[in-house]
Amino acid sequence: MATEHVQPAEVWTPIFGRLTLDWIPYHEPILVGTFGAIVLGGLILLAILTKYRLWVPLWKDWITTIDHKKIGIMYMILGFIMFIRGFADALMMRAQQAMAAGGAEGYLPPHHFDQVFTAHGVIMIFFVAMAFVTGIMNYVMPAQIGARDVAFPFLNNFSFWMTVAGALLVNISLFVGEFARVGWLAFPPLSGSDFSTGPGVDYYLWSLQIAGVGTTLSGINLVATIFKMRAPGMKLFDMPVFTWTTLCTNVLIVAAFPVLTATLALLTLDRYLGTHFFTNDMGGNAMMYVNLIWIWGHPEVYILIIPIFGVFSEIVSTFSGKPLFGYKTMVWATACIMVLSFVVWLHHFFTMGSGANVNTFFGITTMIIAVPTGVKIFNWLFTMYKGRVRFEVPMLWTVGFLVTFTIGGMTGVLLAVPPVDFQLHNTLFLVAHFHNVIIGGVVFGVMAAVTFWWPKAFGFKLDDRWGKRSFWFWCIGFYFAFMPLYALGLMGVTRRMNAYMDSAWQIYFIVAAFGAGLIALGIASTFIGFFVSIKNRKALACGPDPWNGRTLEWAMQSPPAPYNFPQEVHVRGRDEWWRMKQEGFQWSEIYEPIHMPKNTATGVLIAAFALVLGFAMVWYIWWLAIVSFLACLAIGIAHTFNYNRDYWIPESDVAKHEQKGALA
Amino acid sequence: MSDHAHSHGTMGRLMVGFGLAAFLTIIPFALVMMEVDLPRNWLVGIIMGLGAVQIIVHLVYFLHINSSVEEGWTMAATVFSVVILGIVLAGSLWVMHNMNENMMPMHEMSPTMEMPGSSHGHEGHTPVDDPAATPAEPGTQG
Repeated sequence: MATEHVQPAEVWTPIFGRLTLDWIPYHEPILVGTFGAIVLGGLILLAILTKYRLWVPLWKDWITTIDHKKIGIMYMILGFIMFIRGFADALMMRAQQAMAAGGAEGYLPPHHFDQVFTAHGVIMIFFVAMAFVTGIMNYVMPAQIGARDVAFPFLNNFSFWMTVAGALLVNISLFVGEFARVGWLAFPPLSGSDFSTGPGVDYYLWSLQIAGVGTTLSGINLVATIFKMRAPGMKLFDMPVFTWTTLCTNVLIVAAFPVLTATLALLTLDRYLGTHFFTNDMGGNAMMYVNLIWIWGHPEVYILIIPIFGVFSEIVSTFSGKPLFGYKTMVWATACIMVLSFVVWLHHFFTMGSGANVNTFFGITTMIIAVPTGVKIFNWLFTMYKGRVRFEVPMLWTVGFLVTFTIGGMTGVLLAVPPVDFQLHNTLFLVAHFHNVIIGGVVFGVMAAVTFWWPKAFGFKLDDRWGKRSFWFWCIGFYFAFMPLYALGLMGVTRRMNAYMDSAWQIYFIVAAFGAGLIALGIASTFIGFFVSIKNRKALACGPDPWNGRTLEWAMQSPPAPYNFPQEVHVRGRDEWWRMKQEGFQWSEIYEPIHMPKNTATGVLIAAFALVLGFAMVWYIWWLAIVSFLACLAIGIAHTFNYNRDYWIPESDVAKHEQKGALA
Repeated sequence: MSDHAHSHGTMGRLMVGFGLAAFLTIIPFALVMMEVDLPRNWLVGIIMGLGAVQIIVHLVYFLHINSSVEEGWTMAATVFSVVILGIVLAGSLWVMHNMNENMMPMHEMSPTMEMPGSSHGHEGHTPVDDPAATPAEPGTQG
């Protein structure tokens, strides 16, 4: 073993709680280096903001905004920033495992390695994938149904900042104290107070609870938006498929996230008040935690992938120039997946010992869920069949997804067979499987969505060459990085290993590390692509409908005006914008004042105090926890007395906006 | 929506709901406080059953759920919630019951494998670092 990890002594003072200077990891060069880089980057950012006098616009136009489009963009920015953090963790793990064979220790001591894999999982699911899909839903869905904003615009802003507060708390743990060393779902008894002393698991609990408030509220918000804010005439079966998938996803969020909240709250009680829900004695049962967390955990993976199915549906039909094949079966398949995702959770713990009958039931339900998913794959294929497919970058990602996701789905069906799962449980085969569906599904889908809707958000297309480079690096890199893990898993190599004795495995880990390097190039290509495109935005500028789209978001200007649509759209059927184009639609030149919600700082203020509350609870700083909790309450109550929440955009402004759009 | 105006119910319906709720609360209290002579399982069953009816009374009389409000969406959402709740509760009970049956078979083990002083069939405890508790053959019943 590398240097033995010594945990700082537990002391408690009234002012600082259990936070002492020993908890600042100034003796760990990796962390000090990272901290230095972040401080430097932060200072440069502050300097730029000050130099170009961006503080006021940043506050007025972005931080306090209740515009669903800007909030969507901010979710995407959050996702990309956290993606860098999560991917840095991935590279560290790949490097460690490529080195630490046959007695070598590598460079990461176990206590650090364990934090890295926990942080990687937590960040990638909660703050990358969730941020990305929420951002896309926020941006696109209201536009697709012809609405001006979501049902509760203030709540939307508040949800976003709560998610940010959770993300910040995770990142604070990097430099103050430590993060959990228990895996991304923090199973007790390991995560209980007996086996995880110190603040790591508490950082985990509070950051997820704070972010969870945001996720749940945003779920309620988007469901209400779809039911209440559709343009006149748009029946449910006229909604674009992406809106349907958004609906199903948010219903899942509303149904599943309370389970996560309750489960984590029980674990919090175990750790803070000494209750015994998940301990081994006093009548507690740690297996119940595993059961409960997967009741949330399985719907969660569908929360991530269902909106992406919608993204691909829009892209396939747009770039094939055809309506989606089997619209109704697509909707019903989505609804089936939504319900079925609640009856498969036990397949995550076949080996815990529920017995043959229980395992059989959940094995079969898991295999059944592959049926509606297969229906979708064929719908996409048949949409392309005999269409004039344009292989632009979003379409490349789609084809990459179809192939990669199908492979991942098949290994999933393999794992659904309980006897097979007994062999493969907790091995790298499983790790390869879920990266196969999450990267091949969610990440490819997010990249496709970003390329597809970028011109809508900013009025210019993304650079084609860098987009293609990003795709090929990602796609090839993925296969290099994860196919070796399938092989290793079949050899019985377990996941989350800091070091291993059998040097025959090393070559596989080296190939996987090489693959991770290719993915790093893919990510770099994406960011270079953003940079190059922003620089060449004049040359890349495009009209409001660059892909010859079919749904209403392409009827808005690019970038859209704050009110989205100058006049109410009357919908007569599916693919309404396509029909409008065929009929030579023009907005009438007679405008009316538009009623809009006003920006507010309440959301960001409450979230800021929620962050302080989380930090105080992690470190047992009770006075600060009480103060910040009361502050949250006070700001929330004060907000209810704010009657100045809306304003009218006068028709002259609408006309000005529309004229500008017509010239562009 | 026009149903907003009469969505808060009439005084009569509210009183009916109040009466039912009070009645459904008094029975379980009475069963316990008057020490009614019934088997314990019966008592628990009756109390839980009345609790479930109580939930429906609240939904119908106080939250005004019926098939016509909001074009039936309120009803649909309630049914969906009940289905999910049913799946989660019944599933968890089934799963955890089987876990306990299979993973805690102290009474079936040979005496040599038992740890000294352990109580037989004492369910709910899983001493993970105790070797005697782990070797149950998972998935071999039936």
